[in-house]
Amino acid sequence: MGSSVPSWNGLNEGEELHVLAVDDSIIDRKCIEKLLKSFAYKVTTVESGLRALEYLGLEDEQNPTSKTDDLKINLIITDYCMPGMTGFELLKRIKESSTLKEIPVVVMSSENVPTRIQMCLEQGAKEFILKPVKQSDVKRLRCHM
Amino acid sequence: MEVGQLQARLIDLTSSLYSEGFLDEQFTQLQQLQDESNPDFVFEVASLFFDDSEKLLNNLGMALDEQVIDFKKVDANVHQLKGSSSSVGAQRVRNACIAFRNLCEEKDREGCLACLQQVKHEFSLVKSKLESLLDLEQQILAAGGLIPMME
Repeated sequence: MGSSVPSWNGLNEGEELHVLAVDDSIIDRKCIEKLLKSFAYKVTTVESGLRALEYLGLEDEQNPTSKTDDLKINLIITDYCMPGMTGFELLKRIKESSTLKEIPVVVMSSENVPTRIQMCLEQGAKEFILKPVKQSDVKRLRCHM
Repeated sequence: MEVGQLQARLIDLTSSLYSEGFLDEQFTQLQQLQDESNPDFVFEVASLFFDDSEKLLNNLGMALDEQVIDFKKVDANVHQLKGSSSSVGAQRVRNACIAFRNLCEEKDREGCLACLQQVKHEFSLVKSKLESLLDLEQQILAAGGLIPMME
């Protein structure tokens, strides 16, 4: 207690797990944020895949920012259906990035489409969650981090 | 009105909202998330839902008014409304959206127009009922009472 010895999950005492949540719906962002916070996660929400990549420092592959060194994201949870970049495309970009591919990614969707689920899991998603997201879903996320 | 009566009224209203299918389990989830650190959480989510839905219903009205209807655009808006109503637990709105999407797929103009009226109707019902519910909760809290939780 009170020391800076990392606990089993690699975090120091008092460090929170940081989740990046990506969803184009303002209502869903609010709900997922509250859900995650209720499980004591630190949360950052963004409204698009592009904004997520910017946040992660990946938007400009030629000049990657040093952001990834200071930034510690323990999990990314993303909606599938988003205008512009889909959750799948975001997942792909993350898994193709040498700096970010280790970050676990979970995909959410309101639609139960087996081929979609299969595709995401094959691309490296840890889990596919059906919306609306419940407390029991968020409780399970811990095992991916 | 004293706290006990307000609480009884709230329990009655909430029960009927669930039994009549206006609200589902997801709304309970939201209420369970509300706590001292965020005592207005449900009110905030509901407000976002009301504003967002009105915007989407407007978009739908305009999209269906076009000479040549872009059913993909209509469907995209309905998809959003279906998502947000599902997230707040507005079950009847969500179900109306599911029917609406089927009509979009069939490119059924008349069907879509009728369904839009249906969705608008369901939305205005759940909006007014939720406003009453939230108002009752506020009154109870202001009177120093606790909000009874649904099982």
